[in-house]
Amino acid sequence: MSSARLAVDIGGTFTDLAIEHAGRRTTSKVLTTPDAPERGVMEGVRAILASTGLQPADISILIHGTTLATNAIIERKGARTALITTEGFRDVLALGNESRYDQYDLNIVLPEPLVPRYLRLPVPERMDNTGRVLLPLDEAAVRALVPLLKREAVESIAVGLLHGFVNPAHERRIRAILGEDLPGIAVTLASDVSPEMREWERFSTAAANAYVQPLMAGYLARLEAGLRGIGLAAPIFLMLSGGGLTTIETARRFPIRLVESGPAGGAIFSAFVARQCGLRQVLSFDMGGTTAKICLIDDFRPQTSRSFEVARVGRFRKGSGLPLRIPVIEMVEIGAGGGSIAHVDGLGRIGVGPESAGAMPGPACYGRGGTKPAVTDANLLLGRYDPALFAGGTMQLQPEASRAAMAAEVGGKLGLDAEMAALGVVEMVDENMANAARVHAIESGKTYDGRTLIAFGGGGPVHACRVAEKIGISRIIVPSGAGVGSAIGFLRAPVGYEVVRSLYQRFSSFDVGAVNALLDDMAREAAEVVAQGSFGAAVEQTRIAFMRYVGQGHEIPVPLPARTLVASDVAAIRAGYDAEYSRFYDRPVPGSDVEIMSYAVVVATLTGAVAAMQDDATASQAAPARVQLVRDTVSGAVADWAIYDRSALANGATLSGPAVVAEDETSTLIGPGWSARVNGLGYIELTRGAA
Amino acid sequence: MSMANAALAGIQRQIMWNRLIAVVEEQAQTMIRTAFSTTVREAGDLSAGIFDLQGRMLAQAVTGTPGHVNSMMESVGHFLAKFPAAGMKPGDHYITNDPWLGTGHLHDLTVVTPAFRNGKIVGLFANTAHVIDVGGLGMGPEGRSVFEEGLYIPIVKCFDQGVPNETFFDFVRVGSRLPVELEGDVYSLCACNDAGAKRLVQMMDEFAMDSIDALAAFIFEASHKATLAEIAKLGTGSYRAQISSDGYEAPVTLKAEMSILPDAIEVDFTGTSGLSQRGINVPAAYCRAYACFGIKVVVAPEIPNNWASLAPFRMKIPEGCILNAPRPYPVSVRHVVGQLLPDLMMGCLHQVVPDRVAAEGSSCLWNPPLRGGSSVSGQATSNKPVLADFEVITFNSGGTGARPTMDGLDGTAFPSGVRTMPVEATENVAPVVFWRKELRPDSGGAGRTRGGFGQIMEIAGKDELEFAVNAIFDRVGNPPKGRDGGLEGAAGAVHLKSGKTLRTKGFQIIPDGERLVLDLPGGGGMGDPLTRDPALVLRDVRDGLVSVENAMLLYGVDREGRRK
Repeated sequence: MSSARLAVDIGGTFTDLAIEHAGRRTTSKVLTTPDAPERGVMEGVRAILASTGLQPADISILIHGTTLATNAIIERKGARTALITTEGFRDVLALGNESRYDQYDLNIVLPEPLVPRYLRLPVPERMDNTGRVLLPLDEAAVRALVPLLKREAVESIAVGLLHGFVNPAHERRIRAILGEDLPGIAVTLASDVSPEMREWERFSTAAANAYVQPLMAGYLARLEAGLRGIGLAAPIFLMLSGGGLTTIETARRFPIRLVESGPAGGAIFSAFVARQCGLRQVLSFDMGGTTAKICLIDDFRPQTSRSFEVARVGRFRKGSGLPLRIPVIEMVEIGAGGGSIAHVDGLGRIGVGPESAGAMPGPACYGRGGTKPAVTDANLLLGRYDPALFAGGTMQLQPEASRAAMAAEVGGKLGLDAEMAALGVVEMVDENMANAARVHAIESGKTYDGRTLIAFGGGGPVHACRVAEKIGISRIIVPSGAGVGSAIGFLRAPVGYEVVRSLYQRFSSFDVGAVNALLDDMAREAAEVVAQGSFGAAVEQTRIAFMRYVGQGHEIPVPLPARTLVASDVAAIRAGYDAEYSRFYDRPVPGSDVEIMSYAVVVATLTGAVAAMQDDATASQAAPARVQLVRDTVSGAVADWAIYDRSALANGATLSGPAVVAEDETSTLIGPGWSARVNGLGYIELTRGAA
Repeated sequence: MSMANAALAGIQRQIMWNRLIAVVEEQAQTMIRTAFSTTVREAGDLSAGIFDLQGRMLAQAVTGTPGHVNSMMESVGHFLAKFPAAGMKPGDHYITNDPWLGTGHLHDLTVVTPAFRNGKIVGLFANTAHVIDVGGLGMGPEGRSVFEEGLYIPIVKCFDQGVPNETFFDFVRVGSRLPVELEGDVYSLCACNDAGAKRLVQMMDEFAMDSIDALAAFIFEASHKATLAEIAKLGTGSYRAQISSDGYEAPVTLKAEMSILPDAIEVDFTGTSGLSQRGINVPAAYCRAYACFGIKVVVAPEIPNNWASLAPFRMKIPEGCILNAPRPYPVSVRHVVGQLLPDLMMGCLHQVVPDRVAAEGSSCLWNPPLRGGSSVSGQATSNKPVLADFEVITFNSGGTGARPTMDGLDGTAFPSGVRTMPVEATENVAPVVFWRKELRPDSGGAGRTRGGFGQIMEIAGKDELEFAVNAIFDRVGNPPKGRDGGLEGAAGAVHLKSGKTLRTKGFQIIPDGERLVLDLPGGGGMGDPLTRDPALVLRDVRDGLVSVENAMLLYGVDREGRRK
């Protein structure tokens, strides 16, 4: 039996596949089939197997990620869901944090809860903050809901009770009662899916899990049956938002943990490239058609977080989506992609996005009827693409359409010609991405000094130089396979699972025994999930405490030793906190106690050791394929830039900016003052200020 | 300069403006991350901005609350009057909480920090944040002068060339019930200005700028021009409106005459009620802040806040009226009157652009400051159990007014920009139990578009022990009005669970075994309720938010969705 590894990433437009076999990687794309995504997957799997001459039985592992859950929430196509909650708290999902994400928009629209009020069903019960029962569960009231649930044809039920994460007894009892009267209906407990303080976030996560569960369970069953039907016997894993892999069984219980799997794959891809190149501090920059995603990666691990917003209604504005409290790879996503549309506001300022031309009609230059100038139009007008060779020559771009759109919507309003307007558009979108990256660093307590940017996605390599300049980064890597980075990332992800729980502790009264008991329990839970898919592979365990000064609002993750703690560890943990805090904020705060809010335990298989590359490619001077007139966005000057074909560049080839390296999926822009070298892996390395 | 160069310079100025807005946003985010007070980090009651050496604001963070809009802006001028820019040194930080030199009450700290590049002062960063405790009587209306309302900090240096002013910090520590939090917040405000200054210098390096004056001139010119263009669209004219608040001793009436001139909007508050003996008085800067917000949100919402975009909005506030309280009148809870100002401004603007304003809303936050323990009724002295000492405040909102094409928002802050805290978090920091916090049926004012629903809250001490509320509530005697035939939103109510009505303002005890019930107001409706889409009425009925009786009585819609 052969040992081919296959990854399948379902995106909005395309389903990407990557297969690795005998040291070779093959990638392909098929159109996504939104009504029954498994169809596209099956078609893609058959095609890629045929093209590589492999049989289904040759596949040793299949890794899968999908936007199905996310789309169901955005398009409101999930199950008819009810929420059973503590009496007096029926409207937690509707009230949210009682704020407006935009102070100056009187016509602001807030996201609708996934569960309408008539299906938010209160029952008498109450715990206090320590888990003590203040009011026993009224079991008769729970049973009395059954006729209503049947009458309303409810397909999925979430249970979220106040302080239920401290003492889940009432939530579990409700599930048991419903199980008697409504067998077969999926029930999500908030205390299972997100056992952390903050009722809005926890109930929202539970409601979202319940909302997508029937759909995901059905899809996963059909997919599994289809793959088994063609003779694929290999284990199937699902990519999680947090960057690990899990089994179909776990995915069925907690489908909400799959929402950001595609972008997570992209971050894992970057982390792998970082490991290959031996880069400990990296900024992953993935710019596609609609959005750009930015992620910080230190020591080959993407930064993670426990909060996320899905289905933002307000132009990607923070606070305009539904909160989810699940382990995720932390990234900012802004409405800046190749399809983002440019406009001029009332102050004569150029704005870009977040409205996108999408794939239909697409940017004006696609010639599909688009009349609004998009970022791709601006890049074309600056001379960065060869109209005849875009997307490998499969699409003839129409610069005249770009020029007309740019002149009408931007240039004409500012007294600029179309080319200068295009310069303004590109500078503005680069500035917006750089600003988002800077704020993200602040929110994460990180800096960009000494970081390397890893650029991929269709737009990443085009915009990387200027974004890097703006945030003070002077080294960029453009890996190969940039168009299907997420799918490649799937192949690099460990089988892993993260468990997060709250246990409030102050340092001055740290209870080592209680913490050990909690952490061991969490480790056991995570290990059980991982054991289903690790097949005895070695695993590693990571333990983290989320700590802050008493009363402060944001916790800092501090690593704990992955073993039973002893009294003497306590001082070391506290010292670790002080060191981390000072690193973020310059000054520690004198005289303040520290509190621990919650803990995370991650169990994951060890990723195969990746040797840093042997970069001994012979140096050579690259020869340009042709020259092209390109306008520089810094000086505004137009000059002949050398154009190289990436496929013709040997490892070790060097070249100097200004230049463009063209390939089918993207173009790498090498700005003035930058030089580039193709490294031993075939990746383009850009360096600023070097000869 | 060639045409192309001129074009490039124009584009670059836009990029720099954009960057400056990002710089102040980073400043604000740094504060949120490092602040200690829940009012800052959870509720977002803060503001941040950059100023030139004349004290003119160039940019303000999008994150923050409108109450600080131009009150913080005015504040910087007061700092410069006492400490001229020429004498400032790197590492200096200046602070005040003077209600008349800052943003209107002692709970708001304002910090100003100079930014230096190559040894030369190039600009100023300022921020304002609402801290949780400054001693005195605590947050509430009971003070009879500002001296009772807490620790009073004149404009002083809190850091001198990077060295903490220990005398200042000694005073701060002994003057607050929460000394660690207060000191931590001062550090946080300074760190946040430092973050802004650092980023400004990087920006000036990148764009090879020796000074920010040329950029300031460009920002001011573009903003001023755009603001005047929006004002011109309104046409000239003069419009009057008034609004009533419950007040403390007696109802308060706010009156405004808004004159739309070719190049300015001027509001004259003549006729407004006089001063109160309690802390609901509004210093002039706070009046200007919320009046200005109320105009700008309708007239020019897209134009960023800065000195020039705010300059065309001018206020004439007679001395001695409640909107221009002189020192040392008490001002602690000035928001309870001040937050009505946007409703008042929209009352005027409704006569000009009726399709761009909302109906009146709940408007004033319903923030109950709760206190328990030894300083409630002294029960401990007769050996009765009492709760451990605590002070806590939670932020809560009623419904907003109906919009011309959309319903008002349910339980959402407006005009304030704050967020609420989770009940679970509150119960973790204080021995209280919230038995109820959910929407209040039939509270949204009926209309073609209806007002947002208010909330009902029911709060007890843990183990049903006594506690106290320092009430600061409004819109009980004066519910939010509708517009264009829309009906009033439901009035607020404050009472014990057993029924006894409580005062809307002031310190009151909730005895053992009792609970505090707050009925938060709903927003006013807009347009004739009989023209509302019956499907929307039925939806609200199904959701249990409009009763079957009111559907018929107010909207003329029966259970089947038929209009009578």
